Amino acid sequence: MKTLLWIQGLTCNGNTQSVLNGENPSFYELLTKVRLLFHPAVSYREKLHNVVERIKKGKEKLDILVVEGAITGDERFGRAGKYSITELLDILSRKAEYIIAAGNCASFGNIPALYSGNPDVRGLQFRFEKKDGYLPPDFKTSSGYPVINITGCPVHPAWFTQTVMAIVEGKDIMLDRFNRPKELFMYLPHDGCIRNEYFEWKVESEEFGHKEGCLFYNLGCRGPLTHAPCNKVLWNRVSSKTRAGMSCLGCTEFDFPLRENYFETKKNIGIPEEVPLGVTKRAYITITGVAKTLKNERLTKKLEETD
Amino acid sequence: MSKIRKAAKEEKKKEIVRVACRLFAQRGYYNTTIPDIAEEMGMSVGNLYNYFKSKEELAKYIMQYSSRLLGEEIRKINEENIPTKEKIYKIVRKFFEIGQQQPELIEYFLRVFLSNREVFEEGCEGFLCVQEVVTELMLFLEEGARKGDLRQQDFFPAFVTLMGPLGGMVFLQGEKVLPKTPLEYSDELAENIWRALKAD
Repeated sequence: MKTLLWIQGLTCNGNTQSVLNGENPSFYELLTKVRLLFHPAVSYREKLHNVVERIKKGKEKLDILVVEGAITGDERFGRAGKYSITELLDILSRKAEYIIAAGNCASFGNIPALYSGNPDVRGLQFRFEKKDGYLPPDFKTSSGYPVINITGCPVHPAWFTQTVMAIVEGKDIMLDRFNRPKELFMYLPHDGCIRNEYFEWKVESEEFGHKEGCLFYNLGCRGPLTHAPCNKVLWNRVSSKTRAGMSCLGCTEFDFPLRENYFETKKNIGIPEEVPLGVTKRAYITITGVAKTLKNERLTKKLEETD
Repeated sequence: MSKIRKAAKEEKKKEIVRVACRLFAQRGYYNTTIPDIAEEMGMSVGNLYNYFKSKEELAKYIMQYSSRLLGEEIRKINEENIPTKEKIYKIVRKFFEIGQQQPELIEYFLRVFLSNREVFEEGCEGFLCVQEVVTELMLFLEEGARKGDLRQQDFFPAFVTLMGPLGGMVFLQGEKVLPKTPLEYSDELAENIWRALKAD
């Protein structure tokens, strides 16, 4: 059975919370497929120090190292027992067969990397868009994979378990340019959004929480610009932000904490500055003009009032 | 249809557009008939119907044709790597140049398209028949504001500030009250538009 060790850097614990909410399989079901060496929120008999020492001496194999949280070498900001986060990584990154960055902080540095009081905060292999993480750009574990980034703020439990299961089953994992599993991150929240018809006909939501309207034009929705299967693999298996009438915040992308005004679409002279992935601004404006002219009557009413 | 025949048909279509556009603009939409256009073209009425099924269809096609033509010219300016101010000067100049070379196109817009809305009700709603021009102007305004050169505002006031003066000038020329050609007023007008739109 493959072993799994979960360590934390600078983190709010959100990814742990999220993964503990996993269903089909639940986190505890997952532990029948892998042997958990240590998790800071779950393990109480085992001490991290002892696990690390055993791995260091080759007495314990480390198959999957999961890192949650951003990385810093500065012990004033984060350490685990007697180790600084980077000391821990120096030991474990050489031994692990796979390394998974769980969430945006371990992947990109995310919100902790914005802190001006500590310039030494980064992700495992990236710092925001650049391959300027703690581990070298060409770093690979013994499996031949770089750090596998499962991004999100937080990570979705199913994205995490699915990736771990792919490793356990020995499947090939195709990665995108940010080293995220393609199988998950080739989708956009726009794919499967129940508001797609409103998007097509450019009928906009004016308020949050309504069933009607698209949130892209006015309310800052990043669904058409973000890589994440939020409307394919639903949250808590029932919903997603856009289904509930709330804009996608683009939390799986490196620039998530770098943007401002999350609930407002950035426009210049009334025209959106950014357009959906895959289309030119010229094409988008053309199709928008046509769609706005040719009205879909059904979409102008409250859903309850439609035939 | 072979490629050559198709190209020849397209060429013929363009010729019909130019002639029809001129006649419509000179005599008015309702005072111009398909036989008038056929006669001017030196072709039979039946043959003309091979190209356009009705006068209305022809009228709409002319509008789309002019929009594509002007849109293409603005696109070239949009794609140039020059300051926003210079782009305004070029757009204004290009508009009046086309107006001088092919006055029937602009006349058509003012005296047929804007004056006979009922003809264009179906198929030319909103911006449908002038899509290319509007799209290019949207791209121009968006870029100008994004670069911080133009003042942020709603689209329509900015659009009217840019296009209104151009139409006004051509209208005055049509009324024969302008002492000079619109092209000679081009830079002065462009300066006004720039000052109205520029960021503080």
